[in-house]
Amino acid sequence: MYDIIIVGAGPAGLTAAIYARRASKKVLVLEAKSYGGQIINTLDIANYPVEAHISGFEFATKLYNQAKDLGTEFIFEKVTNINDKEHEKEVVTTKNTYKAKAVILATGADNRKLGLDNEEELVGKGVSYCATCDGAFYKNKNVAVVGGGNTALEDALYLTDIASKVYLIHRRDEFRGEDTTVSLLKEKDNIEFIYNSNVTKLNANDRLESIEVTDKDGKTKTIEVSGIFVAVGRIPENENFRRLINLDDKGYVIAEEDCNTNVEGIFVAGDNRKKEVRQLVTATSDGAVAATNAIKYINNLK
Amino acid sequence: MALVEINKDNFDSKVLKSESMVLADFNADWCGPCKMLKPILESISNENKDIKVVSINIDSEDELAEAYNVSSIPCLVLFDKGMEVKRSIGLVSKDAINDMIGGK
Repeated sequence: MYDIIIVGAGPAGLTAAIYARRASKKVLVLEAKSYGGQIINTLDIANYPVEAHISGFEFATKLYNQAKDLGTEFIFEKVTNINDKEHEKEVVTTKNTYKAKAVILATGADNRKLGLDNEEELVGKGVSYCATCDGAFYKNKNVAVVGGGNTALEDALYLTDIASKVYLIHRRDEFRGEDTTVSLLKEKDNIEFIYNSNVTKLNANDRLESIEVTDKDGKTKTIEVSGIFVAVGRIPENENFRRLINLDDKGYVIAEEDCNTNVEGIFVAGDNRKKEVRQLVTATSDGAVAATNAIKYINNLK
Repeated sequence: MALVEINKDNFDSKVLKSESMVLADFNADWCGPCKMLKPILESISNENKDIKVVSINIDSEDELAEAYNVSSIPCLVLFDKGMEVKRSIGLVSKDAINDMIGGK
């Protein structure tokens, strides 16, 4: 029996592990893929305190090693269910069942898709959700970026240095992301901003050849691109816990800043929690809060 | 154990003409998810002696990447008797790779 099982080895989960281990709790982190979470896709983190520039991979690896060196156990299995037996929680994976006094859900979020018919089959054939991974394949080609947040802006900026032309397509007339990045983008001469528009069709013949864009008045136009980078937000990975945990209409775990869920002894940390600001620093912050409250909960158990 | 690095000169002998199945990992140094996948592939390689797991750097081996239409990495391609039989894109779990290669 563990004191705390943490589901997810991203920045929130790993930070929670550090706090829990420093309180001498027996901690298991369960992770479906690999440690690091979404941050591993970030080439350069420039808004996290202390380090002016660090790659997502380096950040994740340092954080993982810190948690591991403190004695955190890691098992790489996907969690499929959680059963609440009051003072004992059963965490079920694809292979085993693990028991703990408290659970922290730090499952994070996955890329939101555009929701177009042939989108999935074109992944790797022109459709991408990671500009820093796939941008290099579009040297001197035309590409589109869809979205209006920081990820979309940073993707577009990164791609202007590689592609011959970048179309940035956003459904509103104003970007949600940081002004600094918007200003940098406006200085580029190979970017075209397409506001108030959605991508409505992916035209492909084995590979992506062009996209259809529809503006708010219903006017359509076709743009020839070899690649489309989708950065239209994330979907929280909470579906497996819906039976037990209260989620909002978008699937985020409903919890205040104290990270308590509706189930006693189950806490939430990071991007899968309902909140306003989803950044690296708020994910690690959640990890600290959730772990602290989990420790308090365990210490109060008889 | 580190994965065998493949280039265009040994691709034919080490991949296409291999007796065993080959799982080729197309990757690059600047790709975060590729780096995360590496230790998973190393453990797959250690646990499945009947399959060869190799690494192909898409920057130095751009001809191979192009020949196999790789435009998203990490990209795993499973070869059997010189033919591509399966492909997976992005960071995937160890279980998913085991499913792909029919391992334990």
